Amino acid sequence: MTSEVPGTAPAEPTSRGVSRRRLLGVGTGAALAGVVAGVGGTYAAQRAEGAASPSPVPGLDAPVPFRGTHQAGVVTPAQDRLHFVALDVTTKDRGQLVELLKAWTRAAERMTAGAEAAPGGVDGAGPYGVPQDTGEAYGLPASGLTITIGFGPSLFDDRFGLADRRPAALADLPAFRGDDLDPARCGGDICLQACANDPQVAVHAIRNLVRLGFGTVSVRWSQLGFGRTSSTSTSQQTPRNMFGFKDGTNNLKAEDPGELEQHVWVQPEDVTGTTGWLAGGSYLVARRIRMHIEVWDRTNLQEQEEVFGRTKGEGAPLGQTKEFDTVDLAKPGADGQPAIPVDAHIRLASSKNLHGVKILRRGYNFTDGTDGVGHLDAGLFFIAFCRDAQQQFVPMQRALAAKDALNEYIEHNGSAVFACPPGVAAGEHWGQALFA
Amino acid sequence: MRTAAPVHALVGAAALIALTACGGGGDAGKGAGGTDGSGGGAITVKASDTACQVSRTSAAAGTVEFTVTNTGSQVNEFYLYGQGDQIVGEVENITPGLTRTLHVELTEPGTYETACKPGMKGDGIRASFRVTRSGAASQGSDESMAAAVTSYQKYVSSQADELLEETTRFVALVKAGKVEEAKQLYPVARGPWERIEPVAESFGDLDPKIDGREDVIDEGMAFTGYHRLEKDLWKTGLQPDSGKVADQLLADVTEIVARAKKVQLNPLQLANGSKALLDEVATGKVTGEEERYSHTDLYDFDENVAGSKAAIDALRPVLQARKPALLAQVDARFAALGKELDAHRCGDGFVPYTDLTPAQVKELSVALDALSESVAQVPGVVAAT
Repeated sequence: MTSEVPGTAPAEPTSRGVSRRRLLGVGTGAALAGVVAGVGGTYAAQRAEGAASPSPVPGLDAPVPFRGTHQAGVVTPAQDRLHFVALDVTTKDRGQLVELLKAWTRAAERMTAGAEAAPGGVDGAGPYGVPQDTGEAYGLPASGLTITIGFGPSLFDDRFGLADRRPAALADLPAFRGDDLDPARCGGDICLQACANDPQVAVHAIRNLVRLGFGTVSVRWSQLGFGRTSSTSTSQQTPRNMFGFKDGTNNLKAEDPGELEQHVWVQPEDVTGTTGWLAGGSYLVARRIRMHIEVWDRTNLQEQEEVFGRTKGEGAPLGQTKEFDTVDLAKPGADGQPAIPVDAHIRLASSKNLHGVKILRRGYNFTDGTDGVGHLDAGLFFIAFCRDAQQQFVPMQRALAAKDALNEYIEHNGSAVFACPPGVAAGEHWGQALFA
Repeated sequence: MRTAAPVHALVGAAALIALTACGGGGDAGKGAGGTDGSGGGAITVKASDTACQVSRTSAAAGTVEFTVTNTGSQVNEFYLYGQGDQIVGEVENITPGLTRTLHVELTEPGTYETACKPGMKGDGIRASFRVTRSGAASQGSDESMAAAVTSYQKYVSSQADELLEETTRFVALVKAGKVEEAKQLYPVARGPWERIEPVAESFGDLDPKIDGREDVIDEGMAFTGYHRLEKDLWKTGLQPDSGKVADQLLADVTEIVARAKKVQLNPLQLANGSKALLDEVATGKVTGEEERYSHTDLYDFDENVAGSKAAIDALRPVLQARKPALLAQVDARFAALGKELDAHRCGDGFVPYTDLTPAQVKELSVALDALSESVAQVPGVVAAT
């Protein structure tokens, strides 16, 4: 979808004719993955070998370390595919939930390394046993799989004795103007985000984790994403959304650890006392944004560009020439008005417009069949990570909901917020500090 | 329970109880049953990235201990495979430099395979491993297996009798034109059928005639049986040929009952049948597809679950001996599903399926998934000898 899109401005001559896979491969290899995910992973020693395994595109197939200071799947260079699931806990037994978190950790670590969910999972149980791995990823490489867990506000009710462990910022999002939320696409006690460069690998991961959870959790809602809309590393090109625009050029990037500490990772001083389990974690905000693509496609180029505040081909901020040129909100256009209109999407979402607020976007394009009246049910499954959902996402979304020109073409119909704990160290399991 | 699996194939299968020594710490164990002529004690395994050195390639039947050290640079795993690549024991997540211990109960003499799996992938580095006969006899569970089969066949037989009795009454009501009474009896008369459905369905020719739905019968075949009469009673009113259809139903049920009473089952079929009944619920009842005119799906749901539980009950002593934790989980999940179903009872029966809200259907489905996931583990336990 990037450099291969016909009609894309000839901006990056070096990249033309090069497959996206190759492009993505650059920089996503072992070295960077290691830097991003921190140290101390159980499988760290294996990393070098893993990356060296035969593969036409080193990097895309390689595993991403499961263990580390932070969870993978946040600042990991955004993989191509997503399967996201929100779950409700159906048991009232705290011990049973903890057992599931342990079982999940084991299976997730195995799958991210490219192994079966359980030893001999596909065909080792004998002819009369039930295979413990569903098998559709058997023989496929790790494909950069990351599995990220988060806990929703509802988990902190009176069922599991966690009420005093809920950080204040872990609260349902307020209603925003224009929301058209479907309760069946909102909330959840736990989320699992699986990202991979092969959709089969991502779906296999979620399917097997859901299976382990029968009797303890049940699926509340689930979302597939077929293409990333964000780049979270300078090694990646900015992809395009379903409106054909590059959105998120100025996303936070893995290569700027100072900015990540400031805007993405929950700092120890943010969560003192009983909420300290979240230090080093991050808040995940998910919004299912339906895009009325048919209406958009009938909109002329000038209006499309003014809605976003960028040119369509190059992705340059209006008034500039190159994608990564500095956004100048004050620069006047030919008519004396600001080149980037007052209701343009990038103006309203700009940190300059929001007193310095930034978020890390990690969303995916989706197309979920049809809406039943002759249109594609397409859009953006928006995912953002931030240090404080209430202080960062909420003001940004308020500003957008109030006057974003884009609102004419979109509606938010799903919403959830989760607290993603920090990474697991050797020997630890998901949620260990929370349930300690 | 579709095709009859040969009973003795299972009994011969070398599926042994594996005691994985995860963690467990101080393996100062006494090298238990490994003591034998071939030099007892733990068998050491040096697992590198390219080799899998096993210190001994045979052991006497009994508890065998492997001490596996990862001398390589990749995460390693060690497996002991039985016939057909069935895993008899394994230790996973052996990080470089780490030593872990595997205790495995090898009751069946024969040829096995050891394997190291550097990087946790592929077939591993394999070698043959022989288990010789030891003095201690393996504790056979043939008796409890036989008892399970006898007990379940009695159940099938009594359900078959009840099916014939109830169907006879139902057919009489239909033929007498007593629509309201026939409607009352319909879900009850079908009950025994639903309880032993996998057995009944194994007679492929009769099942569609007795229980076929209008859209699933083969081309060219008449729509007959329970569901045809269901349609007549609830939707179209009794038809000129309703009496004939009722007679045919009784004839078909009479035949299937005779056959069901003679059926020879094996323990694995019981276990698979228990699961198959829950699959019936998942694909036909919880979706409200089975009883499209009468909406008495919850009756069928309840009967399928009762039949599934009857098979587990027959196997109870076997499961209690082999995997009590699984049995406890199965019991707890039957209870949880029963509680969900009880919420929809009405008088002697159940509310119509159409009264359920989507949220209520989901609750039933969630409890059913949990139970099915556990019951699906039962055949593997039963097949292990």
